[in-house]
Amino acid sequence: MKKFALAGNPNSGKTTLFNTLTGSTAHVGNWPGVTVDKKEGVYKKCEEPISIIDLPGIYSLSPYTPEEVVSRNFILDEKPDCVINIIDATNLERNLYLTTQLMEMDVPVIIALNMMDAVEKLGTIIDAKKLEEKIGLPVVGISALKGQGIDILMQRAYETSLIKREGKTVLENSAIKHLIVDVKIALKGQNVENPLFHAVKLIELDEIECDMHKNSIKMVDDFKEVFNDKIFGNDFEGLIADSRYKYITKNYSIAIKKSENANKGKLSHSDKVDMVLTHRIWGIPIFLFIMFLIFHLTFSENLLFLGGAFSKSWTSFPNTAFEGVFGTGGINSPGVILANVFGVIFDSIIGAVSSLLVNAPTWVSGLVCNGMLGGLFAVLGFLPQILLLFLFFTILEDSGYMARIVFILDRIFRKFGLSGRAFLPMIMGFGCSVPAIINTRTLADEKEKLATIRVIPFFSCGAKLPILTAIAGGIVMRFGVGNADIITYSMYLLGIVTAIVSIIFMRSTTLKGEVPPFIMELPRYHAPQFKGLMIHIWDKAKHFIKKAFTIILLSTVVIWFVSHFTWNWQYIENAQINQSILASLGQFITPLFTPLGFGSQLTEWGWVFVVAAFTGLIAKENVIATFSTLSACITAGLAVGEEGVSAVVTMINATGATIPALIAFIAFNMTTIPCVAAVATAKAEIANKKNFNHTLVFWIGTSYILGTIIYLVGTWWWTAFIFIGISAIIITLIILNNKGKIKLHFRKKKTVVTKSSKGCKKCPYCPKNKGEDKKTA
Amino acid sequence: MKKKLIDFVIGDSGIITTVEGEGRIRRRLFDMGVTPGAEVLLRKKAPLGDPIEITVRGYELTLRKSEASNIILEVND
Repeated sequence: MKKFALAGNPNSGKTTLFNTLTGSTAHVGNWPGVTVDKKEGVYKKCEEPISIIDLPGIYSLSPYTPEEVVSRNFILDEKPDCVINIIDATNLERNLYLTTQLMEMDVPVIIALNMMDAVEKLGTIIDAKKLEEKIGLPVVGISALKGQGIDILMQRAYETSLIKREGKTVLENSAIKHLIVDVKIALKGQNVENPLFHAVKLIELDEIECDMHKNSIKMVDDFKEVFNDKIFGNDFEGLIADSRYKYITKNYSIAIKKSENANKGKLSHSDKVDMVLTHRIWGIPIFLFIMFLIFHLTFSENLLFLGGAFSKSWTSFPNTAFEGVFGTGGINSPGVILANVFGVIFDSIIGAVSSLLVNAPTWVSGLVCNGMLGGLFAVLGFLPQILLLFLFFTILEDSGYMARIVFILDRIFRKFGLSGRAFLPMIMGFGCSVPAIINTRTLADEKEKLATIRVIPFFSCGAKLPILTAIAGGIVMRFGVGNADIITYSMYLLGIVTAIVSIIFMRSTTLKGEVPPFIMELPRYHAPQFKGLMIHIWDKAKHFIKKAFTIILLSTVVIWFVSHFTWNWQYIENAQINQSILASLGQFITPLFTPLGFGSQLTEWGWVFVVAAFTGLIAKENVIATFSTLSACITAGLAVGEEGVSAVVTMINATGATIPALIAFIAFNMTTIPCVAAVATAKAEIANKKNFNHTLVFWIGTSYILGTIIYLVGTWWWTAFIFIGISAIIITLIILNNKGKIKLHFRKKKTVVTKSSKGCKKCPYCPKNKGEDKKTA
Repeated sequence: MKKKLIDFVIGDSGIITTVEGEGRIRRRLFDMGVTPGAEVLLRKKAPLGDPIEITVRGYELTLRKSEASNIILEVND
């Protein structure tokens, strides 16, 4: 099968073209070694089926971002039969810059001039024929959105793929043309494929090329000695980029004609929208309002703020289709309604299955209904809200507003060593960690991404809310102090503070690095396309469901098993969980939690806290569900109160846990390893296995330390001074270390040095490094 | 008159004469079309004063002040 690659700038309509070409055959995966989406599909309307590979959106083929490296390696190594270079016709100048690099490779290239309809609206006429003559590559005008010109494009691409093509460069008239020819001939003599492309990159002293062609660098060096340009001196990287742009401006203007009614100077729709959304004063309030709206639509149980407008009897429709629509006297948000519908479906499935298994041994129906289906549905039950949240954020991304949010917030986040982009995954974390962690894909810098993934669980998600409200309610009810709402809000705040402190800590120790550069296109606003949105959401749903049936199912079954079996393989009911393997394991490790207040100091039932935390790994609301189950064991016949508050009170009475211990328990659950769904997602997003393991250690460590501080300071206030002292020492050590006064050993420090260095450290021939050597010598 | 991009006020435009800076950032600027000879218009500043938004080669680009300090322009009248 022939293989065509799609290459082009971000926001050039590449994904739309890909969706149009491949339809339902598309398949999303990852490029090896990096978490950059790799999309493949088949185009069937040509003489023969053609495999289409969607390369990541890139501006250039420089070696600095994983997207660029992936695209470059794909074309060089996999040798596609044709590269379809999609170009935003409304922004020819910058888009053609990538073209001038692609055409240097020995591969057939065709230009798809996209958004021709938008160009006409702007009152501009682009002559594709003239452009074709000038550039020397076939050019086809299309509109990916409306599906215009696609068949012609593919027909011509097919014809193009039949003829071998040798790389050409637009640098023929530049001052370094002779050098390019010389290096190219030398590389060709060594049987290097794509000699022209490699020659130009080598002259740019591209890091990857320096490594690959060490013996040809001397030629470039020698030439550099004698070369001196008026503007660039011997900076070939600058000279080449400049020559490319000069060539483009000189040649593309021939193909462009502004018609008379070109609306020059007039504000476009996009400009008008932008004036409001990034307004100096209103920009931030509008952003906050949009965020509120998204969360409200996804999670609220009181959509129109009707609160108690309906009396309970009015709004309770038990066992009817309306059951899920009304919340506590108000109307639910679409997210909650969907989740309720799912819940009803799941319950009836479980009901049906358990009636089928009525004659089977109890442990079998327990395993199937509670262990497998119960666990699975507990996780899948979040799917509607996860997807809805994802849908809203995809709309923000596709419409172009996301880029503006980053623009508005960058200033604040830079203080913590992150870019504005990191904010979105974090705020999504308040809803659900799963879409939040997936969203970190938009962060270009590996370290920034890792730091962000690690703190996302600290932004307490929807499923953790029951832990907060139930325990806070329990504290107020049992001890008669404080206010449950204030405790809940302070815990949220504690999570945020912990996240900020952790980020500052990581960014100044193990994940040290410069704040990633922030040079970003602000695309024009446009309405997102329904089909594209649905395809995107479906992809995410597929991934999540796949995970639910593999890693998540496995872990829920394991946890179900240890909580429903005794050591002598005896099946036990829910209410007898105190005799289970899990209970005895819990008793065994409970002493470890003594510093946090829910360890050995508690009485006989003390282990329930640890066990509850464990069951929370399936889904965090299980923590309180376990309390309810266990409180039924302690006091037979106890009515389970609203949201588990009375269960918590029972627990407190049975174990003698103190207020600081309970607060420490909330904090521990909030910041420790999140649910399996989130862990599985994090594992998929962290390419490096070691980094993933460190992330698990980080979660356990942070929650343990945080819990200890809360319990100790809450119990003996003077211990605060000890912690302040320890923090002061740590901060001093880090500052001294970063200033180079002392040497602490952080394993990752070495890579940081290479990355932030000026030249390519790996290659001894690089003149930049030679210069440095001299200086140090 | 020569001026750094960070010293521009909103509405100022100019032609780039020099792009300073090191490796990665400089290359990124070049790739995005911020090269000597390109015309730049300062469109906007973010609500908190940084980053800034410019029009270059017919599209909108945002960059931080720290990166903008590498760009020197000949100011248009």
